[in-house]
Amino acid sequence: MGLEEKLPSGILLSTVELLAGYMRKASMWPATFGLACCAIEMMAVGTPDYDIARFGMERFSATPRQADLMIVAGRVSQKMAPILRQVYDQMPGPKWVISMGVCASSGGMFNNYAIVQGVDHIVPVDIYLPGCPPRPQMLLNAIIKLHEQIESTPLGVNRVAAARAAEQAALAAVPTHQMKGLLAGGLG
Amino acid sequence: MADNLPAQPDRPDGSRLPSAEHARSDNDPQPRAGWLGENLPASIGGFGVTWATMFRKVYTEEYPEVKRPTAPRYHGRHQLNRHPDGLEKCIGCELCAWACPADAILVEGANNDDTPKDEGGTGRFSPGERFGHVYQINYLRCIFCGLCIEACPTRALTMTNFYELADNNRADLIFTKEQLLAPLQEGMLAAPHPMVEGMDERDYYLGRITSATDEQRDWALAQQAAEAEAAARAAAEAEPERNMISEGGGAL
Repeated sequence: MGLEEKLPSGILLSTVELLAGYMRKASMWPATFGLACCAIEMMAVGTPDYDIARFGMERFSATPRQADLMIVAGRVSQKMAPILRQVYDQMPGPKWVISMGVCASSGGMFNNYAIVQGVDHIVPVDIYLPGCPPRPQMLLNAIIKLHEQIESTPLGVNRVAAARAAEQAALAAVPTHQMKGLLAGGLG
Repeated sequence: MADNLPAQPDRPDGSRLPSAEHARSDNDPQPRAGWLGENLPASIGGFGVTWATMFRKVYTEEYPEVKRPTAPRYHGRHQLNRHPDGLEKCIGCELCAWACPADAILVEGANNDDTPKDEGGTGRFSPGERFGHVYQINYLRCIFCGLCIEACPTRALTMTNFYELADNNRADLIFTKEQLLAPLQEGMLAAPHPMVEGMDERDYYLGRITSATDEQRDWALAQQAAEAEAAARAAAEAEPERNMISEGGGAL
């Protein structure tokens, strides 16, 4: 994206990684993507009681152009899916997605033709948050876990190396059809 | 209309607009503080509010530092309970899986087996006939409704107050039996092991068992010793082969 792509692997790049991670995690603005009952809990997190501003998220952005975190809160219907993708595409990078609640994460109890069985079919998801709906503390916990993830994001050549390592791990992993129980059914 | 208005209206507090001041500055006999001198005290005054607020009482939820306790019967993560001697309460009946409205639970039962291990026995995990061999809960389907808890005939499945479940992939949110089983408490012995001498499953459910008996402990110790002996024997059998391989490698 910028300077970090030209840096060699070493102490300079790791310093930039550390600094960029720290800055990025503390300056996220979420885009509103409340779709159902989870949105009520998401709004509760925005109230002064839970105060999402403590985590650098001063306000929920009404436009995706000024947001870098999408909290998908609620069940995603087949009809909503292209809109969700469009909002995601309109967000400037680097951007992250929290899949809030079981419906967004896997379809939840709505295992039917109308609901997308997991928002990760449409956009890449960074944090899955169970709960129906998750209590506000659970969303704060997911945000903290996302912060940890962002802080340790590799950049430049380190990112390429991490992607290669992830690919090798995926190739060496047990295939889904050899897994047992719920793990076998494509993560149902 | 415009003629009636003053060219440079004064602000309510009596100060003039910056442009008017700038125009007058050449004729001003007194030295001026400049832009920084005018605005710096105000900025510091603003940070003073921030500073003072740091020592006030906090009115927001202090979530990661101070965790507000949940309601006592909060529907959190599940737990598979044990009898006081460490045998599992789950009998593998699948009633929880059938009650689940989101199809989040998978149970596969298996038979308890009292025959000794060296004769091909698979061990006893619960009092009675059957136990839950495979037990998985998909937390990305579970809606924490508690119908599985109502359905459980042995109170094997209950819910805890734990709620910090977020993770970065879907596979890790399918919890297996090892993750769901309650930790061993004082006086418990990890399954598999035989039931308390002279007691049947009815006595377990009537609460007549208080902790693991000495016979059960002796049985577990004997089992551990036998397993260690078998492992040592297997290692001893593997040792000559490894030596041969290393010698062969050396020759090459």
